[in-house]
Amino acid sequence: MSTFKQYSVLPGFNLALGFTLLYLSLVVLIPLSAAFIHSAKLTWPEFWSTVTAPRVIASYRLTFGASFAAAVVNAFFGLLVAWVLVRYPFPGKRLVDALIDLPFALPTSVAGITLTAIYAGNGWIGQYLEPLGIKVAFTPIGVFVALTFIGLPFVVRTVQPVLEDIEKELEEAAAMLGATRWQIFRRIIFPTILPALTTGFALAFARAIGEYGSVIFIAGNIPMISEITPLLIITKLEQYDYTGATAIAVVMLVISFILLLIINLLQWWVHHRGIKV
Amino acid sequence: MTTIPLLQASSAPHKILVTQESPWARWILTLLALSFLSLFLLLPLVAVFFEALKKGWDVYIAAITEPDALAAIQLTLTAAAIAIPLNLAFGIAAAWAIAKFEFRGKSILISLIDLPFSVSPVVAGLIYVLIFGLQGWMGPWLREHDISIIFAVPGIVLATIFVTVPFIARELIPLMQAQGTEEEEAAIILGANGWQTLWYITLPNIKWGLLYGTILCNARAMGEFGAVSVVSGHIRGLTNTLSLHVEILYNEYNSAAAFAVASLLALLALITLALKTFIESRVAQKTSR
Amino acid sequence: MSIEIRNLSRQFGSFVALHNINLQVNPGELLALLGPSGSGKTTLLRIIAGLETADSGQVLFNQEDSTTKHVRDRHVGFVFQHYALFRNMTIFENVAFGLRVRPRKERPNTREINRRVTELLQLVQLDWLADRYPHQLSGGQRQRIALARALAVEPSVLLLDEPFGALDAKVRKELRAWLRKLHNDMHITSVFVTHDQEEALEVADRIVIMNRGRIEQIGTPDEVYEKPANPFVYEFLGHVNLFHGRVHHGQAWISGLKIDVPEHAAAEDLNAIAYVRPHDIEVSRAINGESALAVHVVHILSIGPVVRLELMYGDNPTQHTIHAAISKEHFRELQLVKGDQVFIKPRRLALFPNHDQEQLIY
Repeated sequence: MSTFKQYSVLPGFNLALGFTLLYLSLVVLIPLSAAFIHSAKLTWPEFWSTVTAPRVIASYRLTFGASFAAAVVNAFFGLLVAWVLVRYPFPGKRLVDALIDLPFALPTSVAGITLTAIYAGNGWIGQYLEPLGIKVAFTPIGVFVALTFIGLPFVVRTVQPVLEDIEKELEEAAAMLGATRWQIFRRIIFPTILPALTTGFALAFARAIGEYGSVIFIAGNIPMISEITPLLIITKLEQYDYTGATAIAVVMLVISFILLLIINLLQWWVHHRGIKV
Repeated sequence: MTTIPLLQASSAPHKILVTQESPWARWILTLLALSFLSLFLLLPLVAVFFEALKKGWDVYIAAITEPDALAAIQLTLTAAAIAIPLNLAFGIAAAWAIAKFEFRGKSILISLIDLPFSVSPVVAGLIYVLIFGLQGWMGPWLREHDISIIFAVPGIVLATIFVTVPFIARELIPLMQAQGTEEEEAAIILGANGWQTLWYITLPNIKWGLLYGTILCNARAMGEFGAVSVVSGHIRGLTNTLSLHVEILYNEYNSAAAFAVASLLALLALITLALKTFIESRVAQKTSR
Repeated sequence: MSIEIRNLSRQFGSFVALHNINLQVNPGELLALLGPSGSGKTTLLRIIAGLETADSGQVLFNQEDSTTKHVRDRHVGFVFQHYALFRNMTIFENVAFGLRVRPRKERPNTREINRRVTELLQLVQLDWLADRYPHQLSGGQRQRIALARALAVEPSVLLLDEPFGALDAKVRKELRAWLRKLHNDMHITSVFVTHDQEEALEVADRIVIMNRGRIEQIGTPDEVYEKPANPFVYEFLGHVNLFHGRVHHGQAWISGLKIDVPEHAAAEDLNAIAYVRPHDIEVSRAINGESALAVHVVHILSIGPVVRLELMYGDNPTQHTIHAAISKEHFRELQLVKGDQVFIKPRRLALFPNHDQEQLIY
């Protein structure tokens, strides 16, 4: 015990940690382990053929491809939005700043039906895109639009505090030494915010991979074309193919855990190298 | 004589600082950022309310006051009312253990608390089906005792708890870590017991963090779709939350009703954002003085 | 109440914070634990308070073993370095806290609590701040409130961790005198931790000088300043000049000076280190009688009653600086200007033969 925990006069450690571990085990850990245990009902070849069936592979391609594209767009515009919010004054700034978190707060089904309505052939934006031959709703592009929406706050909220913390003196010193504005951004500011930007990107990507609610309405869910992996799990469940659903869920879980690990490492990087130069 | 205008020109306020972009660059960047936000945030927000009221107030009121909608509201509130206090207790206990004590494996515990955030909601629902479903681990036992969890209210509550576990804990942990342990130690030396210390010293110091975490937790609890969808069974009037009710109405091509119910949830989101901003400004004031 | 520490040791991983500490604190005395950072002084204080545990050894209050006693039952008052005032409570509530959390049976009634708190606030001369919050107070005021709060529970021992550490120089000086006076009035056994020699010398009845988890010397301010037990104490307490030399049969040769050191009569041709305080260096224009060192004046600082001289001895590469302090009168007599040659010799020195250089690093 003495090596496990340092002495403290504050009481309640055993109670607090005990409750924490019990709660986590009951609500999170034991249920999660159920997925792994259940998938063990399959032999390895069965498991492999389930998770690599053509329809499943197509869903991975769409899920990861659209998530990646959405995260890239969010990285770029997220940085831009964070930059404008931190550095430039404009009317209604506080309102805009508050609105950034809308995708966190808005239930995903609401986001889903709304985006569908906007981008459908007769929607506010869809009606202008369709004559150009661009169909968004019920295509992979729709998936990308929905994932961009839900991933938007991540990059802004991770980059914003780091941008706020950058010392003005650093930029002034660079300017004194003759650097142009663009050189200062590229050589001073960008390297400083890169860890946070990468973290934001990873968070947006991770969230997009698991996303379900906002996507299924706009995706059209056509097998092999616009069917995301989480939907495939539900489809298998509805056909009472529990084992098949679990096998795919295990693949997603493993990927989530790897991403969580990467994000933790990135956050460590932000704390230890990003802020202080 | 000719030097005077020159002098005036050079002594005019020099607005371009070395650490700022030229005005036109700033203007273009701001415009670009705001256009992006308008397209992806403002437009959907406006669209929800526009679509909801497209067929007039009567249709709107009827959609949100029909029995199924009211049942959905009630279930949504119930699930949140159970999930929030539990996660509140969990958040305080976890933050107390993690922020006030040094022990091994602390960083692993913090990662475990974050786990539900990285799990797809669909998978979150699935794991409860695997345990409590008819074919699940506890399925036979539950059927014997005539208890239903999946496709019933308990399943919805469980799924809601799962997806909202981290919210309060992760607000409190950094806050309590930053506050240190000296005030609590001082209270103990002055003779206070553990509960007195928690009640008089710790909780008042974290009240804004508690409120903040609770609001975010509430927003997610009331809005959760994926996880709840898997365990609900979509039984109208019984296992339908607001979020699921939106889906059902939409799939029945009852667009106006779907958006009417959706507008309630959008309103909840706006209230959440407003409260969140209010708390942030309160905390900023406190720390700046 | 007396405090006794017996064979106390504490390790953090491989770092030895305290090594076999033995210490007696007499009833009613004001004791300073003085040492550089990392010397273990704060750890010792926290172990006395019960905020930290020892690996081995005992803490006795009035001869009664209290090593395993809970903080709550030790009746100590503790003043934290950063005060740890309860930020959500007013000053009044802060001071009243210790009384209000008592079990119902022992709790004084509201009127009694009001009376006691008001009395304490008057004692620290801050009764007019009763309704303020901690963040509205200055550092010095917070310090005094922290003290009033600790005294409210009528502790039998008062422990203070770097009580003036976070204050600016002027306030620190005022509070020192105030604490000294308060202690004279109350006579409560008190231990305070500090890294500031001047503070310890000025305030404490006795000083415990600590270094790397060990006690180097215990004594009154006079004793430790005038008769340092070892080179560490000498260097730690005030400004000092260091000379290398040799000692043999009661005589030392230091930088060419021959000095009688009868207390080292038994020494047989040993290396030695000698310490001379700046005010123990005699400065004259001419050699009078015995040997003296010829030095050059490189800098003169003549602010206040004492004139500080920076003197250069020897040539490159062996040259080094010697600091001397002389009275203004003497300075006027000498009529010194920069560049002058003068002769110096130590009036008094402390010699440590055969000393291992390593130990000087702290």
